[in-house]
Amino acid sequence: MADTSTVTEKGSSLWRDAWLRLRKNKVAVVSGVVLIVMFLLCFVAAWFTGDPNEQNLANKFAAVGSSSGNTLHLLGTDQMGRDLLSRILFGGQVSLLVGLIATSVAFVIGISYGAISGYTGGRTDAIMMRAVDTLYAIPFLVLVILLQEVISGSASEVATWLVKHWKFPDETTHRLANILPLFMAIGALGWLTLARITRSQILSLKQQEFAQAAISLGLSPSRILFRHLIPNTLGPAIVYVTLTIPSFIMYEATLSFLGLGIKAPNSSWGVLIKDGANYMETQPMLLILPGLFFTTTLFALNFLGDGLRDALDPKAAKD
Amino acid sequence: MIGFIFRRILQGLLVLFVLYTLSFFLIKALPGDAFTTEKAMSPEAKEEQMKRFGLDKPWRIQYGLRLQRLLLQQDLGISPKKNRKVSLILQQSFPASVVLGLNALLVACVIGIPLGVFSAVRKNTWVDYASMGFAMIGICVAAFIIGPLLQTQVAMRLPAFKVAGWDNPVDWILPAITLGLAPAAYLARLTRGGMLEVLGQDFVRTAQAKGVPALTVITRHTLRGGLIPSVAYLGPAFAYLISGSFVVETIFQIPGMGRHFIDATIDRDEDLLLGCVLYYGFLIVILNLVSDIIQAYLNPRLRDSL
Repeated sequence: MADTSTVTEKGSSLWRDAWLRLRKNKVAVVSGVVLIVMFLLCFVAAWFTGDPNEQNLANKFAAVGSSSGNTLHLLGTDQMGRDLLSRILFGGQVSLLVGLIATSVAFVIGISYGAISGYTGGRTDAIMMRAVDTLYAIPFLVLVILLQEVISGSASEVATWLVKHWKFPDETTHRLANILPLFMAIGALGWLTLARITRSQILSLKQQEFAQAAISLGLSPSRILFRHLIPNTLGPAIVYVTLTIPSFIMYEATLSFLGLGIKAPNSSWGVLIKDGANYMETQPMLLILPGLFFTTTLFALNFLGDGLRDALDPKAAKD
Repeated sequence: MIGFIFRRILQGLLVLFVLYTLSFFLIKALPGDAFTTEKAMSPEAKEEQMKRFGLDKPWRIQYGLRLQRLLLQQDLGISPKKNRKVSLILQQSFPASVVLGLNALLVACVIGIPLGVFSAVRKNTWVDYASMGFAMIGICVAAFIIGPLLQTQVAMRLPAFKVAGWDNPVDWILPAITLGLAPAAYLARLTRGGMLEVLGQDFVRTAQAKGVPALTVITRHTLRGGLIPSVAYLGPAFAYLISGSFVVETIFQIPGMGRHFIDATIDRDEDLLLGCVLYYGFLIVILNLVSDIIQAYLNPRLRDSL
């Protein structure tokens, strides 16, 4: 029933319904707000916290809330006397960007690719899915290393050019150019599993009555796909994407574990957590505080994802 | 069914061929060669070595010769860096990786699937929140934190466990937990999502209305469909787990093949990398096929695609 009403009634689109339902879900709303605050902290407030790479070896492992001279270290300092809050917020820029890119790529490419493959079926499906298999077999870390070697030189040239001619902020641009290979690898491989999941969903959905009805009504394939089938696959897709984001953020940290990720002294949440783990026993705050930012973001993402899943469920009753 | 498997295997061979070609040109595109890092080597000696391994010829000839050797003699070549046959290196390192991967998979399924089922059935209760909280921790905490944590907190306190090494089955436990926790979390989340999707469907409501016991509704009616997203995930995840994890192998000093992937890339050890990629690609092809068959078994609607 829900489908016929979306076709005939005006202004009652899937997204509008979802938005109305999402607004009623308190946990999801709070999570959304937390995420927005986290973004603002990392991309706006970070610039007011001072230089994340400024060392002060006389003031190592300063306690939370202590101050040295006239600078306040709200979250203390790390093993090199650097302000931890500033490092966490600047590190968050990298981690949140990784997460954002992973999500967008997975969503846009993964869902459309899997849906088209599953819906078309036959030879097209076979070719498309074997292409996915091929990409799967390229190990993620190896691809990052390859991309790093191939493009990091030209990436830093482009960054220098942008700084020179377009007055891009020097450090940020270079830092981003630094992790460009990682972004590209995510772009190349981040959508594969979602494509597989979406495809198998579509294969099952297109056999169901509402899809058969849409087909026999003579609707165009793109309308059937994007209006009728894909909305039904969004639930599992969102669940999967909320899972991918942390794993890509941690991939970035794994690369640093191998000495291939973001270069010191720059940091990311993954790197901070990894470094903090070295001082687990004596200075637990170095692990706990970055971990807290990381987990808060992930929990918020997770609850927002669950809220979205419920809100986007086309089978849920309409108010 | 037989025709489907046959077709997929043929397609799989094509996948492996494309993969081989792609990887060959990718690694050739990298600056440097297998002997770049050996500073002590004189140019003459290097030239001789390059000649010995056939690295002095143009790319397309190297590619042709390699492919010929692979297809006609089933020979993966010799690693110039380790000076051993690639097939020998892989033979010696894959058993450890497979054992580790299988155990990690066991950990993942035993923890992940029940957690997902429980939290879906008890949606929005403390059971749900606790399981999903646990799952989130599994996702957030990377192997390089769990590994050292298990080493310091478990291995150093309990005499049964060793901090590192790979000698008897007890040594499998800690690395398997380290490697399996993240996929366990994935499985828990995916199973929960899949179960919720099915639990909302009419046939489940019909079964409940008929008075079918709750447990039967879950095991007979819901679980089959609810596991589909997990099975789709498990195909590639399984391949990933048994092809070796660099991080876990490094932490626990396991003689697996994960490090060959990384070493071969960094060393420009082309034959070794191509060998690893082929092995991994083979696993992907087979396991994705198995995963697709299981999905069709679980959901009759998917059988048309076979």
